Amino acid sequence: MVVGASAAGLAATETLRREGYGGALTLIGEEPHAPYDRPPLSKQILSGEWSTDRLPLRRSTDLDGLDLDLRLGVAATGLELADRTVVLADGTRVPYDGLIVATGVRPRRLPGDGAHVLRTVDDALALRDRLAPGRRLVVVGAGFLGAEAAAVARGLGCAVTLLEPAPVPLAHAVGEQVGRVLSQAHLDHGVELRTGVTVTAVTEGGVRLADGELVEGDAVLVAVGSLPNTEWLVDCGLAVGDGLICDEYGEAAWGSPRPKAGGVYAAGDVARWYNALFGVPMRIEHRTNAAEQGMAVARNLLRPEARKPFTPVPYFWSDQYDMRVQAYGYLRGHDEVAVVDGDLSGRRFVAAYRTGDRLTGVLAVGMPPKAIRPWRQAIAARAAWHETVPTATPAAGARLDGR
Amino acid sequence: MRVELDEPKCVAAGQCVMASPEVFDQREEDGVAILLEERPGDELLDGVREAVAVCPAAALRLVEE
Ligand SMILES: Cc1cc2nc3c(=O)[nH]c(=O)nc-3n(C[C@H](O)[C@H](O)[C@H](O)COP(=O)(O)OP(=O)(O)OC[C@H]3O[C@@H](n4cnc5c(N)ncnc54)[C@H](O)[C@@H]3O)c2cc1C
Ligand code: SF4
Repeated sequence: MVVGASAAGLAATETLRREGYGGALTLIGEEPHAPYDRPPLSKQILSGEWSTDRLPLRRSTDLDGLDLDLRLGVAATGLELADRTVVLADGTRVPYDGLIVATGVRPRRLPGDGAHVLRTVDDALALRDRLAPGRRLVVVGAGFLGAEAAAVARGLGCAVTLLEPAPVPLAHAVGEQVGRVLSQAHLDHGVELRTGVTVTAVTEGGVRLADGELVEGDAVLVAVGSLPNTEWLVDCGLAVGDGLICDEYGEAAWGSPRPKAGGVYAAGDVARWYNALFGVPMRIEHRTNAAEQGMAVARNLLRPEARKPFTPVPYFWSDQYDMRVQAYGYLRGHDEVAVVDGDLSGRRFVAAYRTGDRLTGVLAVGMPPKAIRPWRQAIAARAAWHETVPTATPAAGARLDGR
Repeated sequence: MRVELDEPKCVAAGQCVMASPEVFDQREEDGVAILLEERPGDELLDGVREAVAVCPAAALRLVEE
């Protein structure tokens, strides 16, 4: 059984079938929609460039071919490990032999009503309805999601205020220098970017800041991160922290005492697993990781005797204005950033990230695939920094304003 | 078997090239995928299926003819 009918859950069911599993296969999804893709929601769907008929991840004939017991519009509300049973919101109890948890995340919210969030197709359509030339949009949170929405709203002619508590947007993720380059794009496109401000509540007509100021807007989008959907797993005996905690194979870890039943794996945004390539536990909210991990845990569940640790180089992309940002690896907690190709001021560069003496990540803006791929391979090969990046210039020394 | 690429959907992630370099490449200027083999031989199909599954934009399909 697979719980969560999106990128990770779908990849898991497809892999189970592809690898020869012919038994009963149940896929449970809280949303009423057949599995669809989320990245276009903050891009082509929000801008109106695509209609929603482009979103389904698979055609209905391809889904039918999987021979699923597909239950949409109903959430799993409990897991009884000893009985190997999942309990659904409508009271149904569904037994399983093996279980893959792929319930993803949901947006964090702020106190107060009336704000938009952006996670589902319904969210995207509701926000799109509010965007029009001259309307004022307040975006709380200048992470990748908030940045993409701000870019689209500017493209539609809205006045956009982007509020960010950190002094430099995305600095914790990509480093201060690269964060500054990315946020310069907002300023160049006429977004009012205000950093170092804390929003305490959503109010009528805008948002309230910690110092009492009201920032006015016709619509408010809150994009301040997400929370793993693990409530239905609380108290079931599995270890839940920030996500469902898993070992290097993606198998859920047990609280104590360890019950007899096994065979619970997790994949996608909800899974916090130990990535042995980087030697740290991580939870990755990236589209490619969801599919790759869904595939990997499906294989591990099906063939426990030939289990393989899941050791990907995480990959992420983001489209903002005319910039295509691509990142490989694990950038968080890095010790140093160096520009190894192109230059920051031209917004065409590859930046490399060092953690200890390892090359642990690269981030590229506007670079051709062939300029990026060798770096990905070096990360996968656990390349030492001093061997890979001998002549790099530290980004801290680069000129950032480009003027 | 025929490979279908929905080009406007492609986000130039290059996962297909890593899964199946015999069948996929990427355009130099924007990274959008290129089909090198529209009808790959049987020996390549495992790689193509992997590519279809990992493509983060659901831009690839393998169709029976
Ligand atoms: C607007 C937006 C833009 C994005 N852009 C990018 C991008 O440019 N690049 C990138 O790499 N990534 C991007 N992402 C992230 C990417 O979409 C996610 O990493 C991916 O969707 C994760 O897939 P998942 O299957 O793990 O989880 P989800 O897609 O969150 O799916 C989980 C599913 O489980 C269901 N569910 C939850 N709880 C239950 C329950 N109790 N019972 C049954 N079902 C349940 C949910 O309804 C949901 O359908 C974006 C995400 C969003 C929202
Ligand atoms: S994996 Fe998909 S999105 Fe990426 S380059 Fe290939 S076809 Fe395009």
